[in-house]
Amino acid sequence: MNQRELPEHPDFLWANPEPKRSYDVVIVGAGGHGLATAYYLASKHGITNVAVLERGWIAGGNMARNTTIIRSNYLWDESAAIYEHSLKLWENLEEELGYDVFFSQRGVLNLAHTLQDVRDSVRRVEANRLNGVDAEWVDPQQVKELCPIINVGDDIRYPVMGGTYQPRAGIAKHDWVAWGYARRASELGVDIIQNCEVTGFVIDGGRVTGVETSRGRINAGKVALCAAGHTSVLSELAGFRVPIQSHPLQALVSELHEIIHPTVVMSNHVHVYVSQAHKGELVMGAGIDSYNGYGQRGSFHVIEHQMSAAVELFPAFSRAHLLRTWGGIVDVTMDASPVMGRSPVDGMYVNCGWGTGGFKAVPGAGFAYAHTIATDEPHELNRGFGLDRFVSGALIDEHGAAAVAH
Amino acid sequence: MLIIDCPNCGPRPETEYGYGGQAHVAYPEDPHALTDEEWAQYLFYRDNPKGDYAERWVHSAGCRKWFNAVRDTRTYEISAVYRTGETRSETQKGA
Ligand SMILES: Cc1cc2nc3c(=O)[nH]c(=O)nc-3n(C[C@H](O)[C@H](O)[C@H](O)COP(=O)(O)OP(=O)(O)OC[C@H]3O[C@@H](n4cnc5c(N)ncnc54)[C@H](O)[C@@H]3O)c2cc1C
Ligand SMILES: [Zn+2]
Repeated sequence: MNQRELPEHPDFLWANPEPKRSYDVVIVGAGGHGLATAYYLASKHGITNVAVLERGWIAGGNMARNTTIIRSNYLWDESAAIYEHSLKLWENLEEELGYDVFFSQRGVLNLAHTLQDVRDSVRRVEANRLNGVDAEWVDPQQVKELCPIINVGDDIRYPVMGGTYQPRAGIAKHDWVAWGYARRASELGVDIIQNCEVTGFVIDGGRVTGVETSRGRINAGKVALCAAGHTSVLSELAGFRVPIQSHPLQALVSELHEIIHPTVVMSNHVHVYVSQAHKGELVMGAGIDSYNGYGQRGSFHVIEHQMSAAVELFPAFSRAHLLRTWGGIVDVTMDASPVMGRSPVDGMYVNCGWGTGGFKAVPGAGFAYAHTIATDEPHELNRGFGLDRFVSGALIDEHGAAAVAH
Repeated sequence: MLIIDCPNCGPRPETEYGYGGQAHVAYPEDPHALTDEEWAQYLFYRDNPKGDYAERWVHSAGCRKWFNAVRDTRTYEISAVYRTGETRSETQKGA
């Protein structure tokens, strides 16, 4: 086709303005959390003089690298509250944003392979129910009915002894979620500024008054970090530490297949999780690489380990071909729960530590963080997630408790 | 996969090793003297640089000894390895 005959370029979903000299709120990072926070600041709090600064492009970080699992069946009350609030927002998100995000409530199965797994799972089901989260214990035969291609035989190394099932859980298309939030935020007056790296903070008498960027100084009434794996680098520039370690986390997809996998299956014990994307790729995620890393790639043996688990659970996958693997940089805390609240610098806020599981939280975290920024007080939903819990010892230990990390 | 040069056994694949996080974090000399804030720093906070990082590895499937390495967390390149108890010298600070 001749270049002149190409169709007209489609309309952009959001504007790409030059940065202004000053904003009421500057958000650092245009992943899911930064974009959702901007949207809720504008839509719920009427704060529209807001910029989202992104060093690369929208959703170029973890937001479009995750395996898109959405669920709320976490063990502890604080977690169940914020993830369940998030799930409720997901259930109405397409309508609210006026944009398709392919949210599909196909359910999530968390498998149990040992007696301890069984006990923990049953306990979590009961805790979930007390918190109004849909959850049920299913035996191996019911697992087979929910996902017929699973091997529930007892002649494998870690037989399936049952599982927990959350019917309202599911998946969505991550890049579309980012675009949907960006589009609505932009319409409400938020400036989304890509290729703009924050390189320093202007702090005056313990209060932040602006940011230094690769495109010059931008003054700010308030600054909200949403930089996931890069939060330590930024907080260091602002003179405080955050209790996170940045690790590579990898995932992969197969070639396209017929639709054979109707739900989402996660296994903590053999460590693999699988769903099938709308187009037909099998999407699988690994555990984090053990070492700290900012390279957006990990070691191949981690993928091999995960594939051996996948093939044992799903013998049909042995014929599938791997199409692509990739990695993100996840921000892991010691108690596997996020950090959200005020920072030691006045006017500056932190939202990080979502680690391997913050995609599902995008609507709920954006909602609670916007409240925290607008009112300078945590929302009920994130009160327990402040930096102060590491001093008080009131940790929210979701390690292992929440079935699997993602 | 990383190839890690154990000070005792030489270069071996990463799967033989376990990771131990930041090196040179000493147990507090007088734990009773620490404030809650200081305890929090000792228990829950570690450096997380984008660049050279002095960290611990254990050669679990080899000599089973702990040692230190300096690794660039952007490229994962290891510029120095040295034994536990040795301090990170100028030459071991990497490029
Ligand atoms: C392989 C993988 C699988 C995952 N699977 C799941 C899953 O199934 N379910 C789930 O719930 N979660 C999952 N997650 C976790 C989830 O993706 C993250 O918790 C979440 O995306 C983090 O929030 P974010 O979208 O805002 O982060 P990001 O998209 O990483 O956004 C941070 C942004 O900050 C920008 N930034 C950094 N430094 C600067 C700077 N100095 N100046 C300007 N901008 C800066 C970055 O470029 C980046 O765009 C997975 C993650 C990975 C990597
Ligand atoms: Zn050795």
